[in-house]
Amino acid sequence: MQQKIPFYLLVILLICLGMGSAVYRHINLEIPWLPGETREVWSVEARVEFTALDEPVIAQMAIPETQQGFTLLEQSTASPGFGLSYLTEEDIPAVRWSTQEAVGKQVLYYRAQFLLDEQQQRPWPDAPDVLAAPILSETTALVAERLIEQARQQAADQITMAAQLLNLLQSDDQQVQLLLQERSVEEAAMLLMQLAAIPARQVTALRLKNSRRNQDSRAYLMVYDTVHEVETESQRVAFFNLATGKEGRPQRLLIWELGDRPLIDLEGGRNTRISFSMQRDVAPVQQALEQKYSDVSAMQISLHSLPLEEQKLFRGLLLIPVGVMMVMLMRVLVGLRTSGTFMPVLIALALMQTALGAGLAGFVLLVVSGLMVRSYLSRLNLLLVARISAVIIIVILLTATFSVIAYNLRIVEGLNIIFFPMIIIAWTIERMSLLWEEEGGGEVMKQGGGSLLVALLAYLVMSNQYVQHLTFNFPGLQLVLLAMVLLLGSYTGYRLVELFRFSALHGRNKGASE
Amino acid sequence: MSWFISPRRLREQGVLGMNQRNIEYISGYNDRRLFPLVDDKLKTKQLAIAEGLAVPPLVGVIEYQHQVSTIGELLKTQDAFCIKPSKGSGGKGILVIHDHDNQEYFKPNNQSLSLADIKRHTSNILAGLFSLGGQPDKAIIEYLIHFDESFANYSYEGVPDIRIIVFRGFPVMAMMRLSTAASDGKANLHQGAVGVGIDIVTGKASYAIQHDRPVAKHPDTGMLLSDICIEGWPDLLSMAARCYEMSGLGYLGVDIVLDERQGPMLLELNARPGLAIQIANNNGLLKRFDAISALEDTHMSPEQRVAFVQRSFAVPPL
Repeated sequence: MQQKIPFYLLVILLICLGMGSAVYRHINLEIPWLPGETREVWSVEARVEFTALDEPVIAQMAIPETQQGFTLLEQSTASPGFGLSYLTEEDIPAVRWSTQEAVGKQVLYYRAQFLLDEQQQRPWPDAPDVLAAPILSETTALVAERLIEQARQQAADQITMAAQLLNLLQSDDQQVQLLLQERSVEEAAMLLMQLAAIPARQVTALRLKNSRRNQDSRAYLMVYDTVHEVETESQRVAFFNLATGKEGRPQRLLIWELGDRPLIDLEGGRNTRISFSMQRDVAPVQQALEQKYSDVSAMQISLHSLPLEEQKLFRGLLLIPVGVMMVMLMRVLVGLRTSGTFMPVLIALALMQTALGAGLAGFVLLVVSGLMVRSYLSRLNLLLVARISAVIIIVILLTATFSVIAYNLRIVEGLNIIFFPMIIIAWTIERMSLLWEEEGGGEVMKQGGGSLLVALLAYLVMSNQYVQHLTFNFPGLQLVLLAMVLLLGSYTGYRLVELFRFSALHGRNKGASE
Repeated sequence: MSWFISPRRLREQGVLGMNQRNIEYISGYNDRRLFPLVDDKLKTKQLAIAEGLAVPPLVGVIEYQHQVSTIGELLKTQDAFCIKPSKGSGGKGILVIHDHDNQEYFKPNNQSLSLADIKRHTSNILAGLFSLGGQPDKAIIEYLIHFDESFANYSYEGVPDIRIIVFRGFPVMAMMRLSTAASDGKANLHQGAVGVGIDIVTGKASYAIQHDRPVAKHPDTGMLLSDICIEGWPDLLSMAARCYEMSGLGYLGVDIVLDERQGPMLLELNARPGLAIQIANNNGLLKRFDAISALEDTHMSPEQRVAFVQRSFAVPPL
């Protein structure tokens, strides 16, 4: 059994490689093990409305990017009459509309699709530098100083400090009111951050809620903890809702703009208004991932990078090994006989194209009528090649006839009969008719039935959505199949049918001495 | 009688299964390049003649399609003959004609065929219809064996033959195959022929089956199968043993027929002999294989091997 060791090593290696690649794809490319998983895809539309002043218009609007929790899938605009450019290389990505002249009310649309994506871990932009605070009136400066002092006593780090400050801003305290007299909450918050030397951004965010129209954006404060950054490696960032002072980033909060700037910058118009509407779609995970990775090299080596037509082809091809495996199981372990070794796989492939019932009926119809024609041909004293060719032609004619009849009877499934491999069917007919002549109808039934049974089993496995999902998304599993085929190929145990076949040996006394 | 047997019992009985046969015995002992010698009956026949073994005389060979039209002339010289594909397997494509008047040709069951039928059959053989893998083939026309009268009532419309499994030159197990009405005059067990296990030491029947089930009498003639005894059994054993040197195959099925006038003749060799012989003998092959594999002395003459077999494989009577 010396030479068995490298064999088993090879088998183990194949299994490890196959499983390893599958696990890699599962973890790194988030391909789920099971089909039917879905992801949320959000379509967010920004509607910019303004009145143009009959002069050149330039409207520049900040647009969102891929960020933690969201992956940008695609974006588009609708703005007839306006020139369009995307400024995605800028610090703050934006879209710019421009036109020579426009009068009256104008409406511009920008639409983006985001995949709600827990795997997306793109880091936030680095913390901004803390700008010097503007010069303040003495009372204001004093009030701010006090608030900061008060917060500092209750804070452990920059983020908790910011939390305290924003909390104070919400209070009805006299001093706070004084601070808010001349400025908005947002401005006051930024001012306090600057004075306390906490790096922070004022950001514009959207709460995504399904089927909402006419939504306004919300102001959030994004606070960085720069002191602990070195130790923790990952950025520490906290979000604060400026309207309520509450900390935390709610789920499905899309940060639209990170740049401390107004959302839109408009020249040549007035009465600007931006409103948002959003729509949730539930997409199969497959489709969502295809979009997500459509231009990323990690997917380039996968089948998803192929054109759709070829993908469909490979979906079918990658199923063949599973069917072949079934045939092997049935032949090696069970011992069923089929006419033509892998003919059942081809029938199963054809059945996948047709509906099961219609496919089986079509197949039996074809073979039976083929056999009848063939029994006449056998009297004509033809050469083998000529006879097979004749059977092929007749099978094709029969197919055409059945299709036309089925179509006229409004049986649409009947048309699917064309998916059967004609040449294979012709050979099947030839073999069966010979078998009939030589060994009688019983053997034909046995082998034909065996073939159909194996084809049916192969079909059931190959049409299983889990099997289809696994074979297509984890091509590495083919190596596992290969390992199993190798193992099966060296199986020397009894076949199931042999347990019945040799059962006559049961009664033997044990006296057969050697 | 149970209809099922556990794998453990089978292993205890030393029964060889299909998978083990394919992997360990056919792949293990039969060199692929030697297969053509046994797969092509014409080559086997030439080899056997060179070796000095008796074979059924050759009437003629049809190699090309254009020769088919001359087959009528060829057949005039013979009263009884059989036409076989040279590379056929499992008895496929063998046509036996036991009498003819140059117009009508009669099969053993007295079904008559025309010359055109014979020609069509020959064309089919040439086109490879019966050959392994459908490759083009030759048709062999052979002298029809006049089988020994002592077996006349044991066989229905066909020639009984004796299959001996030869493992590394040792004749290990034997059975006689008797055609029946169900098998259409053919001696293939899966077509319904009766298999009679023959004691490898004595040449006497030990057991018999049809369709993998035990039988006591021939289903058509009613003859008691246990009375079968083959004359000159040692000659058959030595003939089988010599086929090992001749073919070089370690796991071999040797088919021998008994001609009334000329004695045992080598019909064909089989590099993939079936497993039904175990049922016919009610005994597994593996124990005997193991006994031979355990031998130290591997260089034995055919006679020494036959002697070893007769010493070692005696089966006590049931």
